[in-house]
Amino acid sequence: MTQRADILKINKFLLIIALIMPVITFAGGDGEKRSEEAFDPSELINHHISDAHSWEIFHGFTVHLPVILYSEEKGLDIFLSSGFYDEQHNIIPYNGYEMHHEHISFENGDHVLDLSITKNVLFLFFDAALLVLIFGSVARGYKKNTGKAPKGIQSFFEPLIVFIRDDIARANIGEKRYERFLPFLLTVFFFIWFGNLLGLLPGAANLTGNISVTLVLACITLIITLLSGRKTYWLHIVDPLGKSMPWAGKILLYFILWPVEIIGIFTKPFSLMVRLFANITAGHILILSILSLAFIFKSLVIGVVGATFAMAMNLLELFVAVLQAYVFTMLSALYFGQAVEEAHY
Amino acid sequence: MSSLVTPDIGLIIWQLIVFVAILIILRAFVWIPILSALKTREFQIEDSLRAAENAKSEMEQIKADNEYLLQEARIERDTILKEARTEAEHIVAYAKAETSDITSKMLQDARDAIELEKKSAVSDIKNLVSSLSLEIAEKVLREKLADEKVQKDLVDKFIKEAKIN
Repeated sequence: MTQRADILKINKFLLIIALIMPVITFAGGDGEKRSEEAFDPSELINHHISDAHSWEIFHGFTVHLPVILYSEEKGLDIFLSSGFYDEQHNIIPYNGYEMHHEHISFENGDHVLDLSITKNVLFLFFDAALLVLIFGSVARGYKKNTGKAPKGIQSFFEPLIVFIRDDIARANIGEKRYERFLPFLLTVFFFIWFGNLLGLLPGAANLTGNISVTLVLACITLIITLLSGRKTYWLHIVDPLGKSMPWAGKILLYFILWPVEIIGIFTKPFSLMVRLFANITAGHILILSILSLAFIFKSLVIGVVGATFAMAMNLLELFVAVLQAYVFTMLSALYFGQAVEEAHY
Repeated sequence: MSSLVTPDIGLIIWQLIVFVAILIILRAFVWIPILSALKTREFQIEDSLRAAENAKSEMEQIKADNEYLLQEARIERDTILKEARTEAEHIVAYAKAETSDITSKMLQDARDAIELEKKSAVSDIKNLVSSLSLEIAEKVLREKLADEKVQKDLVDKFIKEAKIN
């Protein structure tokens, strides 16, 4: 009986390898081309984790995305990013603009507002569409099975929704006010989770590992925290020592404490921003670095070992994907909880 | 590498627009309906459980009531039986008493009748005996008084006796 289970396990293992092999070949193929010149792993890695105006689905198959530029001089300009490439795939100036390392400016070096649908923006749309489609279907399930047990996709997401409601929101914010924050917490959890998972797909954009994305998410958490801050929260910032000391003594200390408290308001979302960005980006860098080893050493053995190890890292990243979504949601709930805390002297 | 930690204004704007848009959409069409459905279902489950608990306790109450009624009925049956038994005993005793009364009365009647019969029989016998003795006496007298002299002697004797009186 145990022997059969072992064989089954091994079969599953092989199946996973077979499924992940294309990932490795895609990622590897990119490096191979460049290895004809001097192979530069940092260039490969940077290319994978940075934003771009075109989407290279796999080597040699690139989708050029729309570029949207706005400047006071030329107004709104929309064209495909293929305009920046000639037949030999060299980067050329186009329509008075030039692109340098995916950064677009005027040819004379002046700044232009770049609102292009970049690879990350495209994956942001994918992430949003996925959320709307999946949870639209989940919500339909609730309408269809009113008063009945959940079915299908609904029964997969219900425990997660209930977990976020009970163990994240209710536990950290409190019975009285948690409901107000639930839509944001649920949205941010699934947005980050799906974004992380999308980022693990071969050829996908590193959406949740992009600092702009995490910056916006952290700023929204900060804004909600500040807007829902009650008396206790503000009193804690303005008068952290409370009644423990006469005011004359406090005033002196407060010249030190006030800056600390005010910086404290911003360090919390800052840590949220950096944590998510660094964790996801680091995971991508790690996997790509391991795979690059094969091209640095030009060795088949290291290639096989590296691919196996990268696959294990990929599985770990699946866990990190949900963990980081959980951590972000959990800490946001904690900050909201501090903001709406009741006085307890 | 420095571009990695430099926020990009274009992506920030897109992220802000898209995230706020899906937050509003999901909030209106997904989260609020789902959360209210979950709440309703939890209330329903709670209600059902409470109803079941109530039904159970009600059941127990009914059972206890039944038990009580049964007990009551049993006690009543016992008293009825007991009453019936005493009643029967009474009836039997009464009947016995009645019977013995009647019997003794009948015996008495019989005895009286026998006595009466006996008396009448005795008086009959007496009458018979007296009439027989009279007849015998008549016959004897007639035999004795056939002679004239005897008649005269007797008359004299009677007169003598009458003078003494």
